[in-house]
Amino acid sequence: MNNNIYLPYLMIIEKIVEEAPGVKTFRLKFKDEEEAKEFKFKAGQFGEYSAFGEGECTFCIASPPTREGYIECTFREAGKVTSTLAAMEEGETMGFRGPFGNTFPMDEWKGKNLLFIAGGIALPPLRCVIWNALDMRDHFKNIQILYGAKSVADLVYKRELKEWEERPDVQLTVTVDPGGETPDWKGEIGFVPSILEKLGPSAENTIAIVCGPPVMIKFSFPVLDKLGFKSENIYTTLENRMKCGVGKCGRCNVGKMYVCKDGPVFSRALLETLPAEY
Amino acid sequence: MKRKYISRHSLMNCLKKVQTDGISLYAPVTRGEQTDFRFITSVDDLSFDSVQTVRSAKAVAFPCSEKLFSYTKEKNDVQLQDYNPDVLPEVLVFGLHPCDAVGFGPLGSIFNWDTQDKPYNERRKRLTLISLACTRADEYCFCTSVGGGPGNTEGSDIQLTPIQEDGYLAEIITDKGNEWYEKYSSFFEEAAEDIRKENYLVEIPVKFNIEEVERKMTELFESDIWQLQSERCIGCGACAFVCPTCACFDIQEDAHGNTGNRIRCWDSCGFALFTLHTSGDNPRSTQSQRWRQRLMHKFSYMPERLTVVGCTGCGRCSRACPVDMNLSDNLKMFNYE
Ligand SMILES: Cc1cc2nc3c(=O)[nH]c(=O)nc-3n(C[C@H](O)[C@H](O)[C@H](O)COP(=O)(O)OP(=O)(O)OC[C@H]3O[C@@H](n4cnc5c(N)ncnc54)[C@H](O)[C@@H]3O)c2cc1C
Ligand code: SF4
Ligand code: SF4
Ligand code: FES
Repeated sequence: MNNNIYLPYLMIIEKIVEEAPGVKTFRLKFKDEEEAKEFKFKAGQFGEYSAFGEGECTFCIASPPTREGYIECTFREAGKVTSTLAAMEEGETMGFRGPFGNTFPMDEWKGKNLLFIAGGIALPPLRCVIWNALDMRDHFKNIQILYGAKSVADLVYKRELKEWEERPDVQLTVTVDPGGETPDWKGEIGFVPSILEKLGPSAENTIAIVCGPPVMIKFSFPVLDKLGFKSENIYTTLENRMKCGVGKCGRCNVGKMYVCKDGPVFSRALLETLPAEY
Repeated sequence: MKRKYISRHSLMNCLKKVQTDGISLYAPVTRGEQTDFRFITSVDDLSFDSVQTVRSAKAVAFPCSEKLFSYTKEKNDVQLQDYNPDVLPEVLVFGLHPCDAVGFGPLGSIFNWDTQDKPYNERRKRLTLISLACTRADEYCFCTSVGGGPGNTEGSDIQLTPIQEDGYLAEIITDKGNEWYEKYSSFFEEAAEDIRKENYLVEIPVKFNIEEVERKMTELFESDIWQLQSERCIGCGACAFVCPTCACFDIQEDAHGNTGNRIRCWDSCGFALFTLHTSGDNPRSTQSQRWRQRLMHKFSYMPERLTVVGCTGCGRCSRACPVDMNLSDNLKMFNYE
């Protein structure tokens, strides 16, 4: 009973990368080395990040557990806390509570093909899994990534996209919404679901991990159905409003499931048994 | 379980002694037309006369606004001051009814079903509960429909049953109650063996079948019954604030320049902002969805996930509702649908 689950770790902002307009990645280091050593998490988990004086907000952990000694988060300036965080500088101290929530069942996925489908700012939760899979590349067969954003400027992790593009063991397709292309854009132009249909990846021995805005998910599922993906082989993450992160404050539930405890990772098969409260 | 007798006169003296021993007293007090739990300085302020206080006693373990930790910020340095339980008082909660005492069960389950909630637990473990069995009720009471009763001892450390104008049967229920009794035993007398507690309790009719309610609710998730029931709900949240088992909270910042507190405050699933995403999306955007959440949480999700019903039948939500939504009447509908 000595641990206060509401007391955050103190984290130092070690590095800030501007990913896209209004989107930043923070690399955070534990101020206390003992805490750093004890900290463990798995792909898919999230945390509550605080700007002292403003409050907390929820982001996934965007760096993979295979890279130790730091965690990263990528966030979009949306409201009160995110704007305050965005104005912070390298060297400043913020708070972190976590890791919370369940994880992607990566052990079960060994020996399979992985198909990542991400839209907009939803690449961060997948980036964690992608690097996790690439850091143990032998365990998986094909790794295919389809990523789309509104415009070329809105694409996040541009350096890493380039790295994935150059790797022979990754098939990367990047697309921007019609009108979002620049004159020298060499990627696809079109919405994620239609590009997915065009690529037509095989459902055979493949897990599809889909993260993105609700419309993208809504229109991607039927395409996956057409391609023969079974519900239990499709995974996504939910982003219900959260406060406590530990199943007590009562706001993140979808039916009897707490997104903060039983999620944020859900198989589509499980989602189909729950009310549409997300 | 020990059975003792205590006269009203001895009880008052006993409570005075408790106070001089440095234990805080949290008990019903009447001010104007309202009776509510308060920390009291004089036992003469005690009110024995209301059927039910407006709010439950939960605030003594789960205050409506509470500091979770504090911080001081200077340039690049932040110092945290953890939650300090050492300043919390030992409290005797006196005069709560069985439906409030039993309410600490579901409340504790929510705060501890997975990780342990230190702020709640630290307050809770400093409480001794001396309840008053019910000799009166009103039309809103329905404890017997949710597994309770006017003489239910669950959750109480000691329970007093008024057996005559000026005296009480005292049942010493838990180890904590016994420790307390041992300390103050000089105020008690032996109880006559032939006192039958049941004879003094009010009768409260069973209004619905709870298992049937649980089962039907899940079946009727998509039905328009929720809309029908909640048409006039104005989403004021009063029902949640008076309830002994409602535990939903918000976490907010209470900042003063370079220092501040992270606080939690009562919230309600009845509020439209409760689940509103920053993106503008809202998974429970209508009042009927929020009413459904309140009922499903208490009567379906909690029984399934925490093996406890999230309602003690105290009737407060219905007494407090400004538009007269009656919970037991609405629950009854799930027996006939
Ligand atoms: C599991 C999960 C993972 C996520 N991952 C990411 C991610 O990786 N990257 C990302 O960019 N986003 C992510 N999000 C979304 C992100 O949490 C929100 O964009 C963020 O919390 C917005 O915070 P804000 O303070 O800027 O917004 P605001 O809307 O300003 O909210 C500020 C705070 O005040 C409270 N508040 C606001 N208005 C009111 C009001 N009227 N009354 C009472 N309280 C109010 C809110 O509850 C909030 O805590 C994720 C969300 C979830 C649930
Ligand atoms: S839901 Fe209503 S009747 Fe049930 S415990 Fe809460 S306030 Fe009392
Ligand atoms: S007290 Fe009545 S009106 Fe207010 S939120 Fe509860 S049910 Fe709705
Ligand atoms: S975030 Fe508080 S219950 Fe899930």
